[in-house]
Amino acid sequence: MIRKALAPIAALAAVSSLFFSQGAHAESGWHLLNMRQGVTEISREIYSLHMLIFWVCVVIGIVVFSVMIWSIVTFRKSKGAVPDTTMVHNTKVEIVWTAIPVAILVAMAVPAAKTLVQIEDTRNTELTIKVTGFQWGWQYDYLENGVRFFSRLERKADAARQLGSGVDPNSIPNYLLDVDNPLVVPAGTKVRLLITAADVIHAWWVPDFGMKKDAIPGFVNEMWFNVDEDKTGVYRGQCTELCGRDHAFMPIVVDVRSKDDFQTWLKATAEAQKQAAAPQPAATANAG
Amino acid sequence: MAQHSPAAAHAHDDHHDHKPHGWRRWVFATNHKDIGTMYLVFAGLMFFIGGIMAMVIRLELFKPGMQFVDPMFFNSMTTMHALFMIFGAVMPAWTGLANWQIPLQIGAPDMALPRLNNFSFWILPFASAILLLTLLVPGGGPAGGWTLYPPLALQTADAFPMTIFAIHLMGASSILGSINVIVTIMNMRAPGLSLLRMPLFVWSWLITAYLLIAVMPVLAGAVTMLLTDHYFGTTFFTAAGGGDPVMYQHIFWFFGHPEVYILILPAFGVVSEVIPAFARKPIFGYEAMVYAIASIAFLSFIVWAHHMFTVGMPLAGQLFFMLSTMLIAIPTGVKVFNWSATMWKSSMTFEPPMLFALAFLFLFTIGGFSGLMLAVTPADFQYHDTYFVVAHFHYVLVPGAVFSILAAVYYWLPKWTGKMYDQKLAKVHFWLSAIFVNVLFFPQHFLGLAGMPRRIPDYATQFTDWNMISSLGAFGFGLSQLLFPYIIWKCVRSGAPAPARAWEGAHGLEWELPSPLPYHTWETPPSAAVIARGAEH
Repeated sequence: MIRKALAPIAALAAVSSLFFSQGAHAESGWHLLNMRQGVTEISREIYSLHMLIFWVCVVIGIVVFSVMIWSIVTFRKSKGAVPDTTMVHNTKVEIVWTAIPVAILVAMAVPAAKTLVQIEDTRNTELTIKVTGFQWGWQYDYLENGVRFFSRLERKADAARQLGSGVDPNSIPNYLLDVDNPLVVPAGTKVRLLITAADVIHAWWVPDFGMKKDAIPGFVNEMWFNVDEDKTGVYRGQCTELCGRDHAFMPIVVDVRSKDDFQTWLKATAEAQKQAAAPQPAATANAG
Repeated sequence: MAQHSPAAAHAHDDHHDHKPHGWRRWVFATNHKDIGTMYLVFAGLMFFIGGIMAMVIRLELFKPGMQFVDPMFFNSMTTMHALFMIFGAVMPAWTGLANWQIPLQIGAPDMALPRLNNFSFWILPFASAILLLTLLVPGGGPAGGWTLYPPLALQTADAFPMTIFAIHLMGASSILGSINVIVTIMNMRAPGLSLLRMPLFVWSWLITAYLLIAVMPVLAGAVTMLLTDHYFGTTFFTAAGGGDPVMYQHIFWFFGHPEVYILILPAFGVVSEVIPAFARKPIFGYEAMVYAIASIAFLSFIVWAHHMFTVGMPLAGQLFFMLSTMLIAIPTGVKVFNWSATMWKSSMTFEPPMLFALAFLFLFTIGGFSGLMLAVTPADFQYHDTYFVVAHFHYVLVPGAVFSILAAVYYWLPKWTGKMYDQKLAKVHFWLSAIFVNVLFFPQHFLGLAGMPRRIPDYATQFTDWNMISSLGAFGFGLSQLLFPYIIWKCVRSGAPAPARAWEGAHGLEWELPSPLPYHTWETPPSAAVIARGAEH
């Protein structure tokens, strides 16, 4: 009984020891125990709320489980414990153990509400991208720049994930987390996503950005993120609302570049897409 | 145990028992004990069918890559696993326990509406059969998740109308069962057994029954609108026709949140019976326990949108549902503290029912903690639809609801059969279950926090290790459950006779009856003295 009761606590302690080893990206997944801090101010605030409520639960857990374990060890008939059958009610104690949780919850709700207000503050965004989920992939549409493309699961992984493909998923880098055309965004910029869907409900989530939002046909949802200036790189996520057969196979990849690199990419892509859309000579049109 | 007048009266009644024989006894059953048994056997069967589906899920998730099933079949397994466990296993198990125990515990001869009782049971096998047969129709079983969110659910092929019909039938069965429970408790309590002297199991079921009657019609309405959207050209939930897919989610979860308390409130009742019995001490804060159950039931109606924080709600809505959800921690906390206080200065022994109840106490509390974490809206944006949520609700439903059903059966089985089961084997069953359930579900917290979405048949390779552990836990847990029917079978066939009061510290009117139980009990209501002895909570 005691060992079993302690097991979760030991596991929680194991989790806590990991906060100090953040950023270790080993090949094995054993180190993956906790939420990541992410690369935006919001994602870090969400992380600290998560840790706050986690530690609150740990402390309450230690107190409550200690009392239970103490009782189980001490008040045993086999040890000759005699029940105190008059102990059936105590108004004072009951008021105390109702009031303390109320205080804890209020203390928890205040920072949570603050972060929520911040998350919902969609003013002063600098770049708007329309995101459309479909079965099974994403379409990105840079509304102000006329750049638009589809983003789907990368081909090798798509072949490997077929039933009985015989391909070892471990041989494929970023298995199920890589796409043909990643979304490209600038760092240090408040990027607004307008999220919708073409068929069924999907959800757009990149854990490092701290937010997910449903993509709902007929609705345009709004969500924003602002990646730290120095956190350029590739960030990966997945569709998180069951959307049919290939729900597991519509990853999201965001390539965060410096503002200059982003502008260069945007111009080049806009130019290339204009070229591709322009009327072509007959010979190449056939090939296309 | 020497029984006074009631026992003598029953010995006399025994003589006139008109116990029907053969198949008629079961098909035309009106006796609450027979119907309770049928409900429990049915629930056990569904538990194993739903369990096989869970094994398919964990087998495919054992390693990355698709090894065994098509993703569509995987999706129908997750969908059907939920429907079978909720509507086939846990709810009928509670109704079975209500059937057996409520009349015994309130001194009533039977349920108030015996033929309705028969009808509400016999609907269920047909409903489950229809649901199970969807696996054989073109397009396979329902694969849009048990929540049946449109527009995805509207893509279901031939299984669609069958699924909806099955849900209607199961809902009707639940409503009829609940009406029976309420009428029985309100009208058939023994004279002098006032509401606030009722056992907590009866209280928890009374409140559960009201929840069921309130929300089952809401589910029926929601799925009927899906049906007309699919076949009759309405567009309740289709944006192209001016409908609103998010409205479905609001309606569904207005049913769905009370529904999860329908699954857990009777568990609170069972644990409140078992812990005092084996602690040899009355429950601490009986009235607070009743009020806590009632407050949880009330709150369950105003927290539904916490299941859908990511749909894009206004800030005010998010704040409201965050705060109302946090409030649930208060009455739930009161319950956990009261159970702990019941154990304080007690004199405990650790028979199988007590072991399951104690595991409930620890592991349900862990499920409560993750629930509190999920209530924090900004953090929920990260947790939502990941394995963290899967871990959370399985902690409250498996070591929560399922363990307390096992505790209840192990507690009352000697009363029902008049025989004692193999306690040593039941303890083996307990330890295997308690260990494997943690191996199975604890790593899922890590998977969710690391970013693994739920309802996926294949995953990125960094999630492999914890998925393997979780799958091994699942196989262990599944296999250990096979002990349960064996223990019951062995008890019924060759258990040693159990005394009328099978457990030293057991109180309640059911323990004032002789063992084995006569076919008809409390034909004359218990006397004030018997009630006083039995109703010490």
